Amino acid sequence: MIGSMTNKRRAFLYPGEEVRPSRTPKLRLEGATKRVVETGRIRLVVTAGLFGLAFVGIAGRLVDLMVLENTAIIAAPRTSKVAAVAHHRADILDRNGILIATNLPTVNLYADSVKVQDAAHAAEKLAEILPDVDRADTLRRLTSGQRFIYLRRHLTPAEQMSVNRLGIPGVYFENAERRAYPHGSLFAHVVGATDPDNRGNAGVEKEFDERLTTQDDPITLSLDARIQHTARDALAEGIVRYHAAAGSAVVMDANSGALLAMVSLPDFDPKALGTASDDAKFNRVTLGLYEMGSTFKLFTAAMALEAGTANLESRYDATQPIKIGRFTISDYHAQNRWLSVPEILIHSSNIGAAKMALDAGTDRQKAFLRKIGLLTQSDLELPEVGKPQYPSNWRDINTITISYGHGISVTPINVVSAVSALVNGGVLYQPSIISHEGGAKPEGHQVLSQKTSDAMRALMRMIVLEGSGKQADVKGYLVGGKTGSAEKVSRRGGYMESSLRTSFVSAFPIDAPRYVVLVVLDEPKGTKETYNFATAGWNAAPTAGNIIARIAPMLGVFPIGHTDSFQPLVGLIAASGGHHESNDYGAPVKTAAVAAAPVAKAAAVPVAARTTLPDDGESDRTVVQDDKDTISALIDTIGGDGEVE
Amino acid sequence: MSTTVARTDISTVGRWWWTIDKWILAATTLLILIGIILNFAAGPPAAERIGAETFHFVRRQMVFLPLTIMVIFGISLMAPIQVRRFAVIGFLIALGLMLLTLVAGIEVKGAKRWIYLAGMSLQPSEFIKPFFAVVAAWMFAEHRLREDFPGNIISIGLLFSVIAVLLSQPDVGMTLVVTAVWCAQFFMAGLPIFWVILIIVAGMGAIVGAYFAFPHVASRVDRFLDPTTGDSYQITQAMRAFQQGGLFGRGPGEGRVKEALPDAHTDFIFAVAGEEFGVFLCLLMVALFAFLVIRALLKVMREENMFVLLAVGGLAVQFGLQAIINMASSLHMMPTKGMTLPFVSYGGSSLVALGVGMGMILALTRRRRDMEGHAT
Repeated sequence: MIGSMTNKRRAFLYPGEEVRPSRTPKLRLEGATKRVVETGRIRLVVTAGLFGLAFVGIAGRLVDLMVLENTAIIAAPRTSKVAAVAHHRADILDRNGILIATNLPTVNLYADSVKVQDAAHAAEKLAEILPDVDRADTLRRLTSGQRFIYLRRHLTPAEQMSVNRLGIPGVYFENAERRAYPHGSLFAHVVGATDPDNRGNAGVEKEFDERLTTQDDPITLSLDARIQHTARDALAEGIVRYHAAAGSAVVMDANSGALLAMVSLPDFDPKALGTASDDAKFNRVTLGLYEMGSTFKLFTAAMALEAGTANLESRYDATQPIKIGRFTISDYHAQNRWLSVPEILIHSSNIGAAKMALDAGTDRQKAFLRKIGLLTQSDLELPEVGKPQYPSNWRDINTITISYGHGISVTPINVVSAVSALVNGGVLYQPSIISHEGGAKPEGHQVLSQKTSDAMRALMRMIVLEGSGKQADVKGYLVGGKTGSAEKVSRRGGYMESSLRTSFVSAFPIDAPRYVVLVVLDEPKGTKETYNFATAGWNAAPTAGNIIARIAPMLGVFPIGHTDSFQPLVGLIAASGGHHESNDYGAPVKTAAVAAAPVAKAAAVPVAARTTLPDDGESDRTVVQDDKDTISALIDTIGGDGEVE
Repeated sequence: MSTTVARTDISTVGRWWWTIDKWILAATTLLILIGIILNFAAGPPAAERIGAETFHFVRRQMVFLPLTIMVIFGISLMAPIQVRRFAVIGFLIALGLMLLTLVAGIEVKGAKRWIYLAGMSLQPSEFIKPFFAVVAAWMFAEHRLREDFPGNIISIGLLFSVIAVLLSQPDVGMTLVVTAVWCAQFFMAGLPIFWVILIIVAGMGAIVGAYFAFPHVASRVDRFLDPTTGDSYQITQAMRAFQQGGLFGRGPGEGRVKEALPDAHTDFIFAVAGEEFGVFLCLLMVALFAFLVIRALLKVMREENMFVLLAVGGLAVQFGLQAIINMASSLHMMPTKGMTLPFVSYGGSSLVALGVGMGMILALTRRRRDMEGHAT
């Protein structure tokens, strides 16, 4: 078609035009010119051909795309875009698979202010349907010219229907999801919360934000909803009963470091994190840095025993307060005599603890506290974990105060894992709130000897039987523990005598510890019931006892008929009468100082047998209570008999 | 082809009517008409986006269209010798204005390509394309016909000066088109095959060089090769538009891509055509461009004047290349390159410059006897 059309006109000649044969022009070309033009013509055809091919290619592509609908071409970019929008947050479960955090589908309401035609009308109507939407503010935003404005998040289906029925142009719905916490505030400090865009901003939600948004399978916590609930309930009861301002409670598996409960009160509803007070948001268990007071005497004793600078029979002069510089260290329950190591703990003697620590020395004390994890920030899987504070220049006065838990601030989580190591045979585990796949036992580090651990269990039991921890004892259970009452530091510096932070750290069953329980109460008050005492033995200890009594059956620890089967130092009473055979130290304790006596060793009875002490006709407790000197006398006796290194 | 102008009419217009290539004229007119319709479709959303009144772009295009038609008509009246002189003067003015953009240009999206002239913004590089094609054709033709004339050398020198100015704006796309047209002309002028191959190899080297020298070029190529590496929003939208269009389109005014793409009235107008009017209009447009280019190229096959042959060849290649680049970009057959679709896209400078080119094609393809334009 293209070529033929040009020819038609050539038959026609203008008036006065020469008549020539049509091919004449070509013939007139000569030599070089002719060759050049010929080449040009060939190459014109080549160029035209290439263009023809290109246009055919484009036409082919058009047909392919528009008629044959090749969807594969745009598949790649489209999927990546959709994936980014439809993001799903994984659930969080407790150790038994109970739902702690999940998602609910909701819709958000947004507007394109440019497309809203009658902003005043729209604002009016929306405020009518959604009472929490401010009419004036909405009107201002709808006239701002912005293309994307969130008007309200998380509409209920009924609200969505009402708004939809208004038919306001420029107002749209966006599919979204909202985090839901079926247990309300129960796990508040553990799981944390998410922001309006469903990104974690505290707790597990923040720590594992990436993991929760990239993987579909849920995160399983080591916490147990039943234990958590019981601990929170008992703690709340304690706070009310003892008029405390706040409190915390922790239950840890002593043989793995896994946390079963972690409660900090007051707490908050994760749904309304934004409106919670700073006090409620504060996780006392992991962020609270406290001077633990007498609880630290456990570590002082363990350090001295481990170092060999003291044994259970060692005695210290507690007749006079210690004067160092301008400080005077005296005892709360002053005995004004020489005290043995068990007595120091039972009477919570500051003087005794200080002398024990001074005997071992500053370096040993510091090294031991570091080894047992009390000077380092815990690796707990939460963003909110405090770092212990201790003197950078650790002098003798610091050694003395730290020996009874002052001048050093640690978090409750530090204390719980350290005490676990004291009682579980000396293995320190990293505390953890995550349940590990297949229940594999986490790796621990041996930080003290089995022998020292055995002695510590004996001492802790004694404190509950004879000392300040009596109110933590639970009938039928072998509970061991230590109280601590520290005067709170006032805002102006210095201690406030009337304002205490009391704590009780315990382990049960103490003959083969499985769980460690810590209770801390902030500013408990003396009541009629407590004869106006506000120290730990009167509030934190019974609260811990209450928790243990309620959780033990759930944890498969059942009451035994005769708890007197594990009364190591009372056992010595019998021994004092020359009956080494009747020592009921049991297998796990047989390497302890007392059992080291050859005779006692020979007579050691396996703990499994749990033989009962010969009844001497009187409650053991009464014996000791009646004559406080008996214990020291007994220990003296043992010290004489046993060949203790 | 009516009888409104008598064949015996020897007035300027009369002679023009009887010697002009009416097929090229008709195809151009049809393209302009399609362009008007598509501007009505794609212009209003673009105007809304910049906050102008609805028919801002349509109105502006309607001002430039009559001007373009007058330019086409006026230039097509010229004899070959007049076309040559006109092109030389135009080339010098355009080159001068391009140099001016470097010092007094308006910076748009990181490039200085525009200047204000008499209250209008103007893109001189659009005009350099047709003028340079004609000037280069003259140089090549003279070189081939007169032994002692260093036409090729002059032509190479001119090319390098144009490229130097274009790259300092920078305008890689325009550089590519100007160089490609120049190469095509050199090829048609009888460049030995050895050199042809060498230039093709060098051309590929230059493209690779541009990839590494200009980050925005590299980014576009990367996104073409793997759409997931970056923002491929525009091309994804365009692809969807074509698919939505299908056989008969969504209907006039029913398109959505024009609301999503900021360049829907210029670089992506072909996608608007596909979405609203379907595959048949798209194929018609492709056919019109193909017809124009091939018709012009074959028309000058009978030409014995080397200058006319090369000039029309160059102008047709430029016209065709621009259409192909625009359409292939929209169809994701090559990396996106901002280039207008001739006579269809919105854009004053582009439209008038294309009118200049088409006018010269029409002038050079008129039947005549010699360079002075006496009819055969």
